[in-house]
Amino acid sequence: MFTAEYSMNLAWFILLGILLTGYGVLDGFDLGVGILHPVAKTDEERRIIINSIGPLWDGNEVWLVTFAGALFAAFPDVYALAFSSFYTNLMIILFALIFRAVSIEFRSKHKAVIWRQFWDGCFFLSSISATFLFGYIVGQLFLGLPIDAQLELHKEKMSFIELYPVVTGLLAIATCAMHGSIFLYLKTEGELQERIHNWMWHTYGIFIMVYIMTTIFTLTQIPSATANLTRYPWLWSVVMVNVLAIGNIPRAVFLKRPGYAFLSSIATIAALAALFGIAIFPNFIVSSIDPGLSLNIYNSAASKGTLKTMLLIAVLGLPFVISYTVIVYWVFHGKVKLGKFSY
Amino acid sequence: MHLDVVLLSRLQFALTLMFHYIFPPLTIGLGLLMVIIEWLWLHTKDTFYKSMALFWTKLFAINFAMGVATGLVMEFQFGTNWATYSRFVGDIFGSALAAEAIFAFFLESGFLAVLVFGWDRVSPKMHFFSTCMVATGSLFSSIWITIANSWQQTPAGYHIVKSASGFWRAEVTDFWAMCFNPSMVHRMLHVWLGCFILGAFFALSIGAYYVIKKEHTRFAHTTVKIALIYAAISSVAMLVSGHFQAEAVSVNQPAKLAAFEGHYETGTGGTCLYAFGWPDDKSKTVKYGLSAPGMLSFLVHHNFTQPVNGLDKFKAEDRPPVFIPFQSYHLMIMLGMAFIGVSLLGLVLLKLNRLFEQKWLMWIYVVSVLGAYTANESGWVAAEVGRQPWVVYGLLRTKDGVSHSVTGEQVLTSMIMFAIVYSFLFIVWVMVMNARIIAGPPLMEDLAQDDAKIAPESKKGIRQFWAMVGRLLERGPASLSETWRGPAPTMSGSETESKSDTKSGQAEDKAAGEKSNLSGEDNNQEAKP
Repeated sequence: MFTAEYSMNLAWFILLGILLTGYGVLDGFDLGVGILHPVAKTDEERRIIINSIGPLWDGNEVWLVTFAGALFAAFPDVYALAFSSFYTNLMIILFALIFRAVSIEFRSKHKAVIWRQFWDGCFFLSSISATFLFGYIVGQLFLGLPIDAQLELHKEKMSFIELYPVVTGLLAIATCAMHGSIFLYLKTEGELQERIHNWMWHTYGIFIMVYIMTTIFTLTQIPSATANLTRYPWLWSVVMVNVLAIGNIPRAVFLKRPGYAFLSSIATIAALAALFGIAIFPNFIVSSIDPGLSLNIYNSAASKGTLKTMLLIAVLGLPFVISYTVIVYWVFHGKVKLGKFSY
Repeated sequence: MHLDVVLLSRLQFALTLMFHYIFPPLTIGLGLLMVIIEWLWLHTKDTFYKSMALFWTKLFAINFAMGVATGLVMEFQFGTNWATYSRFVGDIFGSALAAEAIFAFFLESGFLAVLVFGWDRVSPKMHFFSTCMVATGSLFSSIWITIANSWQQTPAGYHIVKSASGFWRAEVTDFWAMCFNPSMVHRMLHVWLGCFILGAFFALSIGAYYVIKKEHTRFAHTTVKIALIYAAISSVAMLVSGHFQAEAVSVNQPAKLAAFEGHYETGTGGTCLYAFGWPDDKSKTVKYGLSAPGMLSFLVHHNFTQPVNGLDKFKAEDRPPVFIPFQSYHLMIMLGMAFIGVSLLGLVLLKLNRLFEQKWLMWIYVVSVLGAYTANESGWVAAEVGRQPWVVYGLLRTKDGVSHSVTGEQVLTSMIMFAIVYSFLFIVWVMVMNARIIAGPPLMEDLAQDDAKIAPESKKGIRQFWAMVGRLLERGPASLSETWRGPAPTMSGSETESKSDTKSGQAEDKAAGEKSNLSGEDNNQEAKP
């Protein structure tokens, strides 16, 4: 059980959570922008949509890189087991992220319609499939994996036709699409903004439906997900934040305060990430064969020395990371204007 | 059908890594070149240097995006294909990767945005600062990844223990000894110089192409001059670095050196050094080779008679393969010598004022970039294949590092996908780069016109940044909101003319924001997130 001896392990569990939340919040809107970009009717509109994330997407993706690197360093066993178990899913995510990156980059380099349509298609498909698979993997982690005594995935016992991960995958798509639509509303003007305004409502409606479905599913099918809430009742505050944030989105949109709507959708994603953390804590990967074989923050961590060094690195590095992020978002804030240097 | 997971994973790793390594060395090499060019721009205030910087920025951005996209694959692959290895080295290798992400990637990717898209948004000084940050970021990133690789070649500062989950693994005992492991410093310099050589020959090749085509004359001549100096310095420095690197290998990884030199039998007397040859595993000799007798002994032991340890001194299961390390090592050395030759020759001709008439030499420069790519790749092939059969030298064998839960079919499928996707991307990359090069640098007249349209005060510099912070402290988040609203109503008169040009429109916009700010008429409560 938890003692002071393991405070470093807990710190890294929380830090990984922060990194994952950072990724969800930041890349969430640019994945969402990718999912929504077929909304655009003309090439100019598409360019505005792509340029809204143009300077930002690769900085956002660095959060994923950092998350994976930090997981590798702080909990090598979890990194090894999770990444090898989700081999096929991760390979598809990688292909999707590659195509996303290059379709943003290559699209603008030729004017031919077929060229642009091809990269637009790639951009949409890669965004939506990467988002779905992220959600799918989270759903699988909720259910647990058939981990045997050798701490390896027991392939034969793995069932790939579970419904729950599909639902969480859909939730990821709905969340990102909503988050992305609010972001786009902030970055666009005129007729395009009007259309996106409608899409804010559509995506919000879809999000609410999938959210309720996921909640019911989680509460009825996965009893372990709420165990920590019962044990530490103060954690209900996270649930409260989640519900309030979700409720505040339509309010802010209705009051024409998209800035607050965006803050609320950031809070929604952060709360969802926190709930995921609460649901699995102190485990990373629950063994569906024998809960005793689960990988948790105690049995899968790196050495104390490395956890300490890494914490120092994080403490030294994070202020810099935050200041770069602030500078970049400051330079590029405001409505998208297509200029000479745009995609 | 039984598929060998180890072999397939190795092939996949080699394929994805070699494809990835097309991009980062170029961005490192070009990054430094762009810093030099922008520095010239800041000091001479000559728009010509801005047009140069803009040209390189575009090529840089394409390569950077490819580097990011293919780099993520590398980071994931340690876990997906090499789970046992990941468990073994996570404590060490993982921390280097995480440090790379925190210290380097954020720096690079953040300021890259300003470098590529910020030309009309930030002041020239701020832009120069961003370019320096991107270049620094790429150097930082190479430091951490080289630490990680060097530790695998020459492990230090660790002990082997059984972890809580029951696996043997290496844990850090001394962080700095781990970072500055025996081969790290020389490898680092070697890698950097390789990148600089690639950057230099890449620029040289484009400059020389314009010289041949008689296009963009000033750009072509300046580029060739700068690139030649850059290439000559890095190539000559590489000779020195290469010597130290080989010496380090002879001390740290003698079996690797023996493989590089096709040195099967220790024998008696001095060991020869091959310039080229065809190592034959069956007869354990190098055929058709040209060698300098006793030279290897001289380089390792500083005398011509003491034999260097051959592969026969190592257990059969500890011997690296010979053919690939031998050939890639010698290919790298020959190319390195050629770089010194062509760059010094160019400098001499430049001094004699006869460089740009030598069409044949210009053609050599045009293709020289392929040599620089090949040298970078083959150097790594030699280093990595020469480390075999170990994945962590002396501690963990490659065949033991693989993931157990991954099947050969999975790896084969993903590898075929990578091969298809990467070939496709390679073709598109070549097409896009080619189109950029043919389009040439932007015209200076256009740049001057564009510059005239944007009021210099609208560009963000450090002063504007502090002003923003000041407003934020004074009036809270609402001070950020002006830009979300679009043009303020008071400025609507100038709207029509500003629409003709998006950039000046933006300048107006900012001015409008500033204005309503000063007059304190802001009644908007929207907050910028």
